Amino acid sequence: MSEAAIAERMDAILTAHQGLEGPLLPILHAVQAEFGLIPAAAVAPIAKALALTGAEVEGVISFYHDFRRTPAGRHTIKLCRAEACQAMGGDQALARIEAALGLKLGESRADVTLEAVYCLGLCACGPAAQVDGQPIGRLDAAKVAAIAAEVLS
Amino acid sequence: MKIYVPADAAARALGADAVAAAIAKEAAQRGIDVQIIRNGSRGMIWLEPLVELETAAGRIAFGPFDAADAAALFDAPETHPRALGLTDEIPYFKRQTRLTFARVGLIDPTSLADYEAHGGLAGLRRALALGPQAVLDEVAASGLRGRGGAGFPTGIKWQTVAAAPADRKYIVCNADEGDSGTFADRMLIEGDPFCLIEGMAIAGLACGATKGFVYLRSEYPDAIAVLGRALGLARQAGILGDAVLGSGPAFEIELRVGAGAYVCGEETSLLNSLEGQRGVVRAKPPLPALEGFMGRPTVVNNVLSLAAVPWILTEGAAAYKAIGINRSRGTIPLQIAGNVRYGGLFETGFGVTLGEIVNDIGGGTASGRPVKAVQVGGPLGAYHPQADFDLPFCYEEFAGQGGLVGHAGLVVHDDSADMLALARFAMAFCAIESCGKCTPCRIGAVRGAETIDRIAAGDAAAVPLLKDLCQTMKLGSLCALGGFTPYPVLSALTHFPDDFACHKEAAE
Repeated sequence: MSEAAIAERMDAILTAHQGLEGPLLPILHAVQAEFGLIPAAAVAPIAKALALTGAEVEGVISFYHDFRRTPAGRHTIKLCRAEACQAMGGDQALARIEAALGLKLGESRADVTLEAVYCLGLCACGPAAQVDGQPIGRLDAAKVAAIAAEVLS
Repeated sequence: MKIYVPADAAARALGADAVAAAIAKEAAQRGIDVQIIRNGSRGMIWLEPLVELETAAGRIAFGPFDAADAAALFDAPETHPRALGLTDEIPYFKRQTRLTFARVGLIDPTSLADYEAHGGLAGLRRALALGPQAVLDEVAASGLRGRGGAGFPTGIKWQTVAAAPADRKYIVCNADEGDSGTFADRMLIEGDPFCLIEGMAIAGLACGATKGFVYLRSEYPDAIAVLGRALGLARQAGILGDAVLGSGPAFEIELRVGAGAYVCGEETSLLNSLEGQRGVVRAKPPLPALEGFMGRPTVVNNVLSLAAVPWILTEGAAAYKAIGINRSRGTIPLQIAGNVRYGGLFETGFGVTLGEIVNDIGGGTASGRPVKAVQVGGPLGAYHPQADFDLPFCYEEFAGQGGLVGHAGLVVHDDSADMLALARFAMAFCAIESCGKCTPCRIGAVRGAETIDRIAAGDAAAVPLLKDLCQTMKLGSLCALGGFTPYPVLSALTHFPDDFACHKEAAE
């Protein structure tokens, strides 16, 4: 996408968030929803609109795990690595997913991104994951195979 | 014909959407007019998806329900293989004291009519009639303490904000429920969002605040969607707006979504995040009650604290205070999780023992192996051995045993758990999530994981070093992330020394 096209969409996002108290996180979420990541060309317009320096905006972007600077795969799998899921065989679930996808935790390909997440609130039906926002519990071999078949198709 | 199929994220994670679709399809094929209501979860996660059929005698439960079970539901519900009888009579459910969660799973979450028919808005109406000071007195008299973990008396916090002079005040709901083993905030927001909205409106009225925020974590997309819908409906109905319920003061609530930082569950970090900054922790004082969001007096309360308030206003402080023991009054929604047979949400009065929760209510481990350790209070909570099972579930009693109640999540581990690995995970997690502001947490967590690696490699001299490091983190950290990470580490080391020693022997 050209810088001019980004600037145009940025104008619309910044206008939509005028009047909010402390609008930076809502703006960054909107930017990521629009572009799939936070483009470098988005930083300057945000900084200008909020009377911040570019470094301050970069600092906020880099603080939060959610904000991406590189594109994610077509599908995103978030696997819970926290204690309640570990207690139910979370390590085995991770090994199965990594093997099925041919991808390590934290890695990304054009088709799929595999991320760690620390708790999805599905702690009584672990191990748990979120596939493109959809919750999945009791992640056994069959469910891992079904997920892999879907995202790799 | 009315059938309930939960849309709670845990029920959906176990196939509730496919179940709802199968029931709808089956009904259509048979030409039966069926109304499928996507309610919240009753909290019995091991029975999810838990389908309920409305009958003259009450709601009958079926679970765990599979899409293939749909046909039998229409053939002969009485003899259905998944039939569990009346939901209200299921022992796990019947034994509870459901105050905060009374409507969760019972009603259609985004139906205001359903909400009001089940007692909703009565608390807010009484609060409007009483006026601010009487509401503050009522909340103080109830003995309600912060359910997010710190256990600070809610009435005192509200009184402080109410008394602080300012042009603007805020009510901030902390819905950044990042602790592993906790899901009560999520369940309440997905199952009864108006209860939270009502609680916040009462807080606004009592404290003289006209603006509220809900800071909800991005890991909960379902809760975000439900609360967003509920806020829109509440505005339309005049519960929120320029005059609460048409006659009260102005109160508006804005939903804000977090961005994956665990530390933002800490109240000052959350406030910085709301303001659009890095979610680093602020030093206290000043207290957020005096200088919070945008430097204004701010109530920061957990979802469960705010959601307890409508019941307290409706039924009175004395009724709430009558439940519980010692300085822990009212009910606590326990979240029983991890390797446990009957996992789910169980709301009960304070005072039930840890052993009752794990063995009696939870039914022991899901794997059938012996319980080794129970982590109470999230990733910053201690690992308790079976020797602690007579401990009553209360703030002071747990603190006295080197633990914490936290957000009342319990994660059960069976005897296959490697406590050294879990201790290392606690340090590694702290290193990942540290905001970086204070040195004991930022550096200590990294060194902590390295030191545990040394123990794992057989270096016994690293044990006193780890203890010393934990002491530094406990005393020197700015917030609970660095300050409480030593709890799981030291409790693992103290109660399960074999897990730290066997690595040494194996190395020798």
